[in-house]
Amino acid sequence: MLTRRPLGLAMALVLSLVVAACSTSEGTPAASAPAPGGSAPAASPGGSAPAGSPGAGGANISGDLQVLARYGCEPAPCEPSGEGAADEIAYTRYNVFAEQYPDVTLDFTESDFDAQAFLTSVAAGNPADVVRMDRAIIGTYVAEGALEPLDQCISNMGIDMSQYRQPAVDAVTVDGSVYGIPEFYDSRIILVNDSVVEGAGLTSADIDTSDWDKLAQVNEQLLQKEGDTPSRIGFDPKLPEFLPLWAKANGADIISADGKTSQLEDPKVIEALTYANSLIAAHGSGAAFNDFKTNGPGGVDFFGPDNQFKADTLGAMPMEQWYLNVLANNTPDESISFQPFKDRQGNNISFSGGSTWVIPASADNKDAACEFMRVVTLPDTWFAAAKVRADTRAADGEAFTGVYTGNTLADERIFGELVTEESAGAYFPGVQLVQETADVAFSLPPVPAAEEFQRIWQGAVNAVVNDGADPTQALTQADQEAQDAIDSAQ
Amino acid sequence: MTAAGATAPNRRRWHVAEETRWAFIFLLPWIVGFVIFIAGPMLASLYLSFTDYNVIRAPELVGLDNYQQLMRDRRIPLSLGNTLFYALLHVPLLIIISLFLASLLVRVGRAAGAFRTAFYLPNVTPAVAVGTLFLLLLAGGGLLNRVLGVFGIDGPTWLTDPTWVKPGIVIMSLWTLGSTVIILFAAMRNVPVELYEAATIDGAGTWKQFRHITLPFISGALFFVLIVNTIASLQIFAEVYTMFFASRSGPAQDSALFYTIYLFQKAFQDLDLGYASAMAWLLFVIILIITAFQVWGSRRFVYYAGDDK
Repeated sequence: MLTRRPLGLAMALVLSLVVAACSTSEGTPAASAPAPGGSAPAASPGGSAPAGSPGAGGANISGDLQVLARYGCEPAPCEPSGEGAADEIAYTRYNVFAEQYPDVTLDFTESDFDAQAFLTSVAAGNPADVVRMDRAIIGTYVAEGALEPLDQCISNMGIDMSQYRQPAVDAVTVDGSVYGIPEFYDSRIILVNDSVVEGAGLTSADIDTSDWDKLAQVNEQLLQKEGDTPSRIGFDPKLPEFLPLWAKANGADIISADGKTSQLEDPKVIEALTYANSLIAAHGSGAAFNDFKTNGPGGVDFFGPDNQFKADTLGAMPMEQWYLNVLANNTPDESISFQPFKDRQGNNISFSGGSTWVIPASADNKDAACEFMRVVTLPDTWFAAAKVRADTRAADGEAFTGVYTGNTLADERIFGELVTEESAGAYFPGVQLVQETADVAFSLPPVPAAEEFQRIWQGAVNAVVNDGADPTQALTQADQEAQDAIDSAQ
Repeated sequence: MTAAGATAPNRRRWHVAEETRWAFIFLLPWIVGFVIFIAGPMLASLYLSFTDYNVIRAPELVGLDNYQQLMRDRRIPLSLGNTLFYALLHVPLLIIISLFLASLLVRVGRAAGAFRTAFYLPNVTPAVAVGTLFLLLLAGGGLLNRVLGVFGIDGPTWLTDPTWVKPGIVIMSLWTLGSTVIILFAAMRNVPVELYEAATIDGAGTWKQFRHITLPFISGALFFVLIVNTIASLQIFAEVYTMFFASRSGPAQDSALFYTIYLFQKAFQDLDLGYASAMAWLLFVIILIITAFQVWGSRRFVYYAGDDK
């Protein structure tokens, strides 16, 4: 007789068979957390503790600890290198833990988060003890009971949650219980291509999202097009992914604070989408805009030296702060200035995301997992990792624009001691602005049907942008579907 | 009756039983594999399609709820429509082009081996790599539009314009026609040369020879590639997922939302494996009906050597 667990595995298998289209399908697509890449020589800071030593809260930390993340060498502590290995920010922090707890045998899965693999391991009863995942999808796993609430872990290990950035903590808190320890922290500012803006007789300060009429005019002045096809983007509103930011700027949220009520049909959300889409429509067709943005000159080399700023195919856009690092190392001499994203009242706002560490409910070594999460997100640990990167970049003659963590104290040290005008070059004002706006950022709350909710609202935005759908109709329909999905997941 | 006469049938029966036993022994690995990896999971998924199941919690019976939800979900007709549109465009094009290439291969002679290898190479290219490659080829300023530009045609935005997304995917999938070409080529090589010689003497031209000799003789192979490619088309996944869904903010999600992609999303992103199982069974039934229809239709058009027809 089939038991429930083998049934689940069998189901996963038969679905895989259906999905694997005869001989042509390969790979396992998945929602994955940002993959660290690159390698550099490492220092391994942190002192060691006696074997099986008590953790911060007195719990005995020992045994095997399986970590769902990439590392790239063994046994820990070591210095991995090569394709697919952890970068210095990751492995330096893991090494700190390994040196403090030599009696803990660390076993890395050498993979990023993959929903299919994670679910299978949970069903088989052997999930990793500690998992790194995107904060944006945590709500789904909390709703399904797959994750351990960390209240006891936080209390036992004496983890000071006030050191973590509040939007990041909010993004992992469900019904008052914390389910994750924040790791990285993204926030958004506006990058302005000075040569394009000045060429249009404007200044960087004219890129002001608080004045929508003026921004629309500026967009018209900056863009260039031939018929329905753009040859230069004026102001890229970054749809669909930045809809929550436009809605917030208009005084609305796309989801209620508890993550349980869709607010996509809020007139202010509809107004925000209508406006942001008008910035795209000014370029011609939405499909042509998106194609040019992704595959046109500059767009096709978004991460390289011939990016949109170098190619002068973009006037300005809001963007995550990590792109500063890409630009600083690929186009250090481009004249780029920085503006905050403002709401319609003129207040600076930002939208944050990032990764988190979580413990599966059925993990074997929860004490060690909890201590691991605490240690790798401590200010000293972050600083040690950032120092390795800063030194490596300096030795290679490359720019260092910082490491953006979810820990306020870590950021204070990193940006106070390691990131200088010299290390960040012309991008230093951007780094400073990111630090200022990080404090006013908001995050989306955990949603019980997180991925489905995101798919639904992004699908509605895509229908408006690419297919010319009516924003009111698209968001009203999306609101109903999203609410059904959320209700069904609860 | 003599003793020898009485033992002969027994010996034959024993011999048959021995052969049967050995046949089952040799078949055993396949039978075990079939039961464990195909029949068992299929039955399990049939059961799960009547449950609310998320892998983490035990399945809970919900009767026909999942099947009723299939009727209400607007993405089911959307994704099925996309998939059928793709299959209707892809399969005939694939077979026609493969037939043409196989005909050329037959005439090439000794160099056919090199061409066969060349045609088959894309089939051993990972699907994800194919998807990524075609993101570049189908881009607005990509190779395909540049070639069209040579003929004065202003190519569409294949990756972002909802009207052109599916035709773009069809173009991409034609890249892997190698196996169909090889099957048809092998079938053409088996057509008796004497028939072509006799037809030539009778004054039949190339087209008539192809129409009245080649096509009937390879109709069995054509029927096989029709069924196999139809099923594969209805299950297309990896390349399209790579192109439009891997980044979680694809540019044209609805127009590229194929049935198996939606099934994957429901199962492994939304953790709704009961519903996904019901979706899988709906697809199974649809494929069964289409295949049965094709088999029924084949009675009139397919000729097997040795048949009286």
